[in-house]
Amino acid sequence: MKAILALEDGRIFQGSSFGANGERSGEVVFNTSMTGYQEILTDPSYKGQIVAMTYPLIGNYGVNGEDMESRKPFLEGFVVKECSKIASNWRSKQSLDDYLKENKILGLEGIDTRALTLHIRKAGAMKAVLSTIDLDEKSLVKKAKNSPGLVGIDLVKKVSVDKKYLWPGIRQGAYKVVVLDCGLKYNILRELAKYKCQVIVLPAQASAEEILSFKPGGLLLPNGPGDPAAVKYVIQTTRKLIGKLPIFGICLGHQMLGLALGGKTYKLKFGHHGANHPVKDLKSGKVAITAQNHGFCVDIDSLNQKEIEITHINLNDQTLEGMRHKKLPLFSVQFHPEASAGPHDAEYLFGNFIALMKKYAKT
Amino acid sequence: MPKRKDIKKILIIGSGPIVIGQACEFDYSGTQACKVLRQEGYKVVLVNSNPATIMTDPEIADKTYIEPLTTEVVEKIIAKERPDALLPTLGGQTALNLTVDLAKKGILKKYKVETIGANIKAIKKGEDRSLFKEAMQRIGLDLPKSDKAYNLKEADKVAKKIGFPLIIRPSFNLGGTGASTAYSIKEFKELARRGLESSMISEILIEESVTGWKEFELEVMRDLKDNVVIICSIENFDPMGIHTGDSITVAPIQTLTDKEYQKMRDAAIACIREIGVETGGSNIQFAVHPKTGRMVVIEMNPRVSRSSALASKATGFPIAKIAAKLAVGYTLDEIPNDITQKTPACFEPAIDYCVVKIPRFTFEKFPEAKDILGVSMKSVGETMAIGRTFKEALQKGLRGLEISHYGLDSKLKYNEISDKKIRQRLKEPNASRIFYIKYALQKGYSAKEIISLTKIDPWFIENIREIINLENDLKREFNRNKKLSLESLRKAKESGFSDRQIAEITHSDEIYIRNLRKKNNITVTFKLVDTCAAEFIAYTPYYYSTYEEEDEVEVTKKKKIMILGGGPNRIGQGIEFDYCCCHASFALKELGYETIMVNSNPETVSTDYDTSDRLYFEPLTFEDVMNIIDKEKPDGVIVQLGGQTPLNLARQLEKAGARIIGTSVNSIDRAEDRDRFAKVLKKLGINQPENGSAISKQEIIEVAKQIGFPVLVRPSYVLGGRAMKIVYDEETLAGFIQEAQEASAGHPVLIDKFLEDAVEVDVDAISDGKITVIGGIMEHIEEAGVHSGDSACVIPAHTLGDDIIELIRKDTYALARELRVKGLINIQFAIKGEQVYVLEVNPRASRTIPFVSKAIGVPLAKLAAKVMAGKTLKELGFTAEKKVKHTSVKESVLPFSRFSGVDILLGPEMKSTGEVMGIDSSFGRAFYKSQLAANQGLPLKGKIFISVKNSDKRDIVFIAKKLADMNFKLIATKGTYKALTSNNIRVQLVGKINEGDTRVLGLIKKRELKLIINTPSGPRGQSDMKPIRSLAVTYGVPCITTIQGAQAAVNGIESIAKGNLKVKSIQEYHPKKS
Repeated sequence: MKAILALEDGRIFQGSSFGANGERSGEVVFNTSMTGYQEILTDPSYKGQIVAMTYPLIGNYGVNGEDMESRKPFLEGFVVKECSKIASNWRSKQSLDDYLKENKILGLEGIDTRALTLHIRKAGAMKAVLSTIDLDEKSLVKKAKNSPGLVGIDLVKKVSVDKKYLWPGIRQGAYKVVVLDCGLKYNILRELAKYKCQVIVLPAQASAEEILSFKPGGLLLPNGPGDPAAVKYVIQTTRKLIGKLPIFGICLGHQMLGLALGGKTYKLKFGHHGANHPVKDLKSGKVAITAQNHGFCVDIDSLNQKEIEITHINLNDQTLEGMRHKKLPLFSVQFHPEASAGPHDAEYLFGNFIALMKKYAKT
Repeated sequence: MPKRKDIKKILIIGSGPIVIGQACEFDYSGTQACKVLRQEGYKVVLVNSNPATIMTDPEIADKTYIEPLTTEVVEKIIAKERPDALLPTLGGQTALNLTVDLAKKGILKKYKVETIGANIKAIKKGEDRSLFKEAMQRIGLDLPKSDKAYNLKEADKVAKKIGFPLIIRPSFNLGGTGASTAYSIKEFKELARRGLESSMISEILIEESVTGWKEFELEVMRDLKDNVVIICSIENFDPMGIHTGDSITVAPIQTLTDKEYQKMRDAAIACIREIGVETGGSNIQFAVHPKTGRMVVIEMNPRVSRSSALASKATGFPIAKIAAKLAVGYTLDEIPNDITQKTPACFEPAIDYCVVKIPRFTFEKFPEAKDILGVSMKSVGETMAIGRTFKEALQKGLRGLEISHYGLDSKLKYNEISDKKIRQRLKEPNASRIFYIKYALQKGYSAKEIISLTKIDPWFIENIREIINLENDLKREFNRNKKLSLESLRKAKESGFSDRQIAEITHSDEIYIRNLRKKNNITVTFKLVDTCAAEFIAYTPYYYSTYEEEDEVEVTKKKKIMILGGGPNRIGQGIEFDYCCCHASFALKELGYETIMVNSNPETVSTDYDTSDRLYFEPLTFEDVMNIIDKEKPDGVIVQLGGQTPLNLARQLEKAGARIIGTSVNSIDRAEDRDRFAKVLKKLGINQPENGSAISKQEIIEVAKQIGFPVLVRPSYVLGGRAMKIVYDEETLAGFIQEAQEASAGHPVLIDKFLEDAVEVDVDAISDGKITVIGGIMEHIEEAGVHSGDSACVIPAHTLGDDIIELIRKDTYALARELRVKGLINIQFAIKGEQVYVLEVNPRASRTIPFVSKAIGVPLAKLAAKVMAGKTLKELGFTAEKKVKHTSVKESVLPFSRFSGVDILLGPEMKSTGEVMGIDSSFGRAFYKSQLAANQGLPLKGKIFISVKNSDKRDIVFIAKKLADMNFKLIATKGTYKALTSNNIRVQLVGKINEGDTRVLGLIKKRELKLIINTPSGPRGQSDMKPIRSLAVTYGVPCITTIQGAQAAVNGIESIAKGNLKVKSIQEYHPKKS
């Protein structure tokens, strides 16, 4: 079946549909990971986005029951060069096509994804519509132009759970950690559990008082979709909690922490979405290959560097990748130490968080 | 960290001759390393015995030693050059072994040479199976279960513990009984018993079999700050049990989830750290159980390898170049990525295409050997293809192999193949299995059945099925409509179908399909290989073709020349031609041209994106090349440097409008077409052995009888003497005709009078259309009848008289003038008595160009490229034949040890894979070095076995006398014994093997025999001595099969006995005029 991806600047990509039929709008971004489409599909940070994979052959190993990063896929559409007709892996439970159909996600295949990537690289990430019902190019471009996009929109509320829950496994952990569900990936919780933390997940709207009521050893602000500046309530909550307990921010969490500390965020041209970004730890001088997925970034110059120390830098474009407060117990990174999909090089940061909680508990 | 300042001079060891398992990839890596280290201000000393390499060009290193790669020789070089450091990881296994030996003998310590890259401890840990096992267990990595046993009872216990199937490996088993697999206890008991017997210490290693598991490789790099990155992941199409060099492989990994891949990545990083490779690249292999997902580590190579060359070409990340920088202290984050310029080399390449590598086999050259694949590598080359899908890349790869397949097409009719045959070809891994998968699917076999027989992953089988489904759809559509819709045509192109394949389906021809496509705008698009999946701007012009929406390659307005490479290595066409293509590129750049390289061989220097201004990584077929010509519209296309491959395309390309420069297509045809060539010779009054040609069996026999036996029979238009044979009688001829006809593919079979006992001479010359200058006159050591590629040869000619040489010159000039040669010409002569005959003229670069260039110190291929671009030899300053005072010997290296059961006798069909060069002040010394370098080191004392045919008996007396005078102990069979004793030479008598005397075999096994001289007479003599020759190969005893070779050997032994072996660099032989 025919499907069209229309970009707001008028560029059209026509291919065949797979997964569900329908019409969705979103910001088109490209992801350069060669593995991990299942994790990407289920990463709530892609809410509001249509994801194009630069690796052309997707779906080869199907979809399994274990590698989910959230309860369902939130993204608006999925674009590949070729969706495998067969799922070949001992853990595979269903094909990618079936999985997308089941979850009502639109898929587009058979387009020149490299041309799309080049277009976005040159022109920047942009709004688009993916449709199998309206095949009129002009109409689609118009729809794309009129779609809301990401800037200034709070997408966190669309992906957050509405009730608290406990991550299964550790009931009596060494540390109790509260995680605000801003669109978190399960692997963050799995990592905390691996470090013997008792994990309490709260809706993103939870107040500072509610968070403190659990007497947690630390707070983790996780990843999530969209523009951090639009998530004012979490920024306010964070501001109230700074200095009261150890805080670890990841991705959107890092951006919101940056805003809470008085910094500014800005939108990158086409963001970082992939599993091969070199990030230098300025203290050790070592480089970690990291998983990244963000379209916004904390402006290094906006941070008060008397209080805030820059800890990590992206070697590709020198953007801010990590910071810590010189006095207060908090640190954050723009990349994903929980990986999934991606390399495990930065997993040590969870250890750092444990150490910070330990140190803080003593004082 | 900045680069090290405490080291100034670095020694790099090359990998020696091209052999199976070690090919051009080490020239590629070594050349990169030399260049980069010199740019960093280090003095580089290089040693490599292979003259056909770019790395041994005098401008690549500061000091270049074309000397044998032995510990003694390298010690002499170290003593002379006193390097501070040795970089051992770029010259393959040869360099690693040599380094370990240098360390073991205390030589590195004595001269205070530090190993950089990988230290001795790490090399040993990576290479020694038990040290490796211990190391992996220490870091908690799973390995195939294994244990040792010293008797049957223990073996039984181990077998029960591990479970079947099992592999039994005898330890220290000389004589080559390798590993065997047992599927049941009954089989096991027998195999274990045999294993224990064949082990010198009665020890066997019993190992869990992982045959049939999924096989993966990771290319890893590490720096001194312990940053580790994965450059490329590779999945083998063929499962465990087939050497990865013989497997079709795919990059990146296709069938692992991120969780599984990251687990493998973690394991690889832990592995390189534990083994202790401080800097540089390593290749780590894993096996994964297809049902349970259990992952075991198989092995690691603590050095750059064939896979790392492939990974470099597959990703655009130059592993060897970066490895050299890391070895001198830089860290990954300090080195910029060449391709993006702005981002650092400390990252993991993201690719947005699929890469397929397919091995090239030459079983047709060894008819006695079965084409069954296993754990020992048998392929001689490889091709790599890039496509946007696996289907496209696979089909491009298959046509890039140049085995007359133009994709996944059919040579056989599937309904004529028996089920038995299909099952057997699927089950037993072999060179044509990929096509049998197709036949099986066509015959209606289910994917499941094929998977169970082949153990190939379902994903690959599914993709092949999709290719066949599309082919069937196209056939149906054509049968229905008598034409294909444009949509279908486009779909076929997107799935990698060649115009020829489509022509076959639609009963038309390639040109018709091509024009149809072009008329309807179904044309190729070119994309970049950029390491980053288009995330950053790429500056390096490295391209591949596909059928997509957008072509992103911009053509410049510069004057440009395109050079067509040689494709995958094969016997007869290898690194020598790549050398010439690279030189052309360098030379034309000097003249200000933009150079465009087209090649499909990932091992080579020519496919380094640094070599030419633009690189198109594409199959060398008319269609693929013409697509690039349409795009680039080059001012000239060079076809005479890449061997027979581009030459065969010349006529078609010219007809399609390409501008072929250099010798004209008409002249090429005049030299290659037998009848036209005979006319050329007749016109010039040049002798040719009596000859004729014929197509049918009856005619062939008639012609042969007319000429008179013995005759040399061969097909037209082939390289490397494929299906070429000397035939002494009608009966043998009748038996051989079919093979010759097949290789001829419809062209006539050529029949020449064979000149027995003639001396063969090769001449390489260059002409600009005005004057012709001879590069070298090479006298073969073996007599005419041995393929020139297998024969040793010497510059200057050492036995020919001045009058003969003058005749050779005269003929050379006349032929070059008549054929209006512009560029290189190679002529083969046979000298019988006072007569000079021309056997063959090749109006192209020959295999010997690099050797001659290094012998005389003149870069002939470079000059040729400049001549083709319009320069005259006078302008280039090369107007007179160069006279040299030293002697250079080229010796061939043969792959017999890889093909069990094959006799080692040399004949008109070329069998060697590579060559070495010995260079010294006299013939004897140079010959001695050449033998040493070819792993056929001549002895200075010990026992020598001699058995020669009657006609050689007179000559052997003189040779044996000299050997006896040098205190060798001689052993001979009856006839030879008589000849020697009647001349008062002390010799011991032994019987023939078929008479029951196996003493000679015993002496070989005991390693007492140091040299064998055996010239066989006729078919019977050949089979009598075959066991001796075969065993000699297994045990590495040099075996000389011609009387001329024996003469040269004695010469060599004598001259070294008189004075020590000395080393001298190429720069000293050819000092630059300042």
